[in-house]
Amino acid sequence: MGNRLIELQNITKIYDGHKVLDDLNLYFNENKFLTLLGPSGCGKTTTLRILGGFETPDEGRVIFGGEDITSLPPNKRQLNTVFQKYALFTHMNIAENIAFGLKISGKSKAYIDDKIKYALKLVNLEGYEKRMPDSLSGGQQQRIAIARAIVNEPKILLLDEPLGALDLKLRQEMQYELIRMKNELGITFIYVTHDQEEALTMSDTIVVMNQGYIQQIGTPEDIYNEPTNAFVADFIGDSNIFPGTMLEDKVVDIFGIIFPCVDTGFGRNRPVDVVIRPEDVELGEPGCGTLDGVVSHLIFKGVHYEMEVTACGQEWLVQSTKMHPVGQKVSIRVDPFNIQIMNKPESEDEEAVVLDV
Amino acid sequence: MYRKSLSYPYLLWAAAFIIIPLLFIVYYGLTDRTGAFTLENLAAIATAEHSKALFLSLGLSFLSTAICLLLAYPLALILSGSRLGRSGFVIFLFILPMWMNFLLRTLAWVVLLDTNGVLDSLFKLMGLPRFKIINTPAAIVFGMVYDFLPFMILPIYNVISKIDKNVVNAARDLGASSFQTLYKIIFPLSLPGVISGITMVFIPSLTTFVISTLLGGGKILLIGNVIEQEFMKGTSWHVGSGLSLVLMLFIIGSMVLSSKYDNGEGNVL
Repeated sequence: MGNRLIELQNITKIYDGHKVLDDLNLYFNENKFLTLLGPSGCGKTTTLRILGGFETPDEGRVIFGGEDITSLPPNKRQLNTVFQKYALFTHMNIAENIAFGLKISGKSKAYIDDKIKYALKLVNLEGYEKRMPDSLSGGQQQRIAIARAIVNEPKILLLDEPLGALDLKLRQEMQYELIRMKNELGITFIYVTHDQEEALTMSDTIVVMNQGYIQQIGTPEDIYNEPTNAFVADFIGDSNIFPGTMLEDKVVDIFGIIFPCVDTGFGRNRPVDVVIRPEDVELGEPGCGTLDGVVSHLIFKGVHYEMEVTACGQEWLVQSTKMHPVGQKVSIRVDPFNIQIMNKPESEDEEAVVLDV
Repeated sequence: MYRKSLSYPYLLWAAAFIIIPLLFIVYYGLTDRTGAFTLENLAAIATAEHSKALFLSLGLSFLSTAICLLLAYPLALILSGSRLGRSGFVIFLFILPMWMNFLLRTLAWVVLLDTNGVLDSLFKLMGLPRFKIINTPAAIVFGMVYDFLPFMILPIYNVISKIDKNVVNAARDLGASSFQTLYKIIFPLSLPGVISGITMVFIPSLTTFVISTLLGGGKILLIGNVIEQEFMKGTSWHVGSGLSLVLMLFIIGSMVLSSKYDNGEGNVL
């Protein structure tokens, strides 16, 4: 599959008797924007630290360009990290910060000066050479941290929640900046975040993790539209997750109501989880849909209204640009294509995953 | 904002116990017995005996400060990076002697280092070569290092343990070896602590007379002993004050020098 740049094989990491990563297998291709996404404690940062060389796995190997680099220290690895809180060297000015890696590898002064200019231009901070890190805003410091990493021409840039400390507006700006930089540099970005919106916006591929296990790998569209289990569905965006029974191919029973769907291959009378995105629930006049309910909550969210509809004793989360006041009787209809059927978790581990959310 | 009047008791304290005594010293230092203005008391430092004491003081203080730094820095570095250190227990052990009286601790060294003292007897018992250390400058340096080492360890440890782990990781990530990381990142960032430590060891070493009296056997005169004698043996308060002023200049000088390297974050104690 493609050109494997770096690969994690059977990685297990244990802290204080607790398995943070359990037999993790993952590879990353060239020139991709990959995101490790999950709640705190899911093992995503540990995975990144193992890639960067700041942690040694208890079991398993890290393969980079065909070579085993599991026990190679960080300074010998051809990848660089952008840390969460910038981690700039406060006793050096911006130019010295950016030059740090180049000076260590013994590059000429002319080369270094060129690189500093290029890097500052890339991060839109031209002319900041003589400033001290403390005099820059959080967003600017983060750009310098990126500049400092990329001048070393790493094959892979590791980013550990780099936008976590920035405010919302700046964060959204930086998301576009990061995509632009990645395309300009043509290297692989491996990005760690717990923010699903960040992940959906920037990634070519998202790896959803929880409790040391990979839950799903896919494009943002795959992850959003076809979550493989209730954890992914719940973690990515809002969703209605109902227990149901797959009566036969393309027919699912939710609370005794028959819904047509498009999924096949689950067998007969198989218990499943059903995911319906709130924007996919269509409300209409009573009696015109699959079932009827009453609007119980209404919130204005700007782009759309968010409503809760009580039907069959269950709350249905609905997002619509059309407002239905509280107390109004409505019908609920869902396009078969928008009903996502998922297997019930099989192992206890996976069960715990779901309950934990 | 606190009301200004709340600070009055402290201003009063400062005036009564800091400013006024200081003015007395300046007055005594710049006058003779008749009360007439003179610079002779300051010039008294130039006499052979006094300048010898001053230079010996400077030399021994410098040496003990350097030894403290060499001992304290690696320790602070190791402690700040280990679980043992973060728990604070080892730091506590190093501070523990400070709970005991300063005189008692110094006297203990007299017992240890004395001829036929604990160490000497031990050496004799084991048939090792015996050497006389009590009543030598070496014994005084011993005492200074022992008494003032905690003042070097604490500020350095404080500063190093506050350095962001990711800053160190970033240096490693950018290709620096552990040694390069130490001298390019950790050491420069810990300078404020080092400066604090140096100041806090150098100044008491420079002015001490207790350590030199006890461990130097009264034969080795440091500038502190000279000043003490001028006051206690009733020789001349005027000369004593004059010498104090000269010593003060050296202390102010060392503080100015250190504050040049200190960006204000380091005064942790």
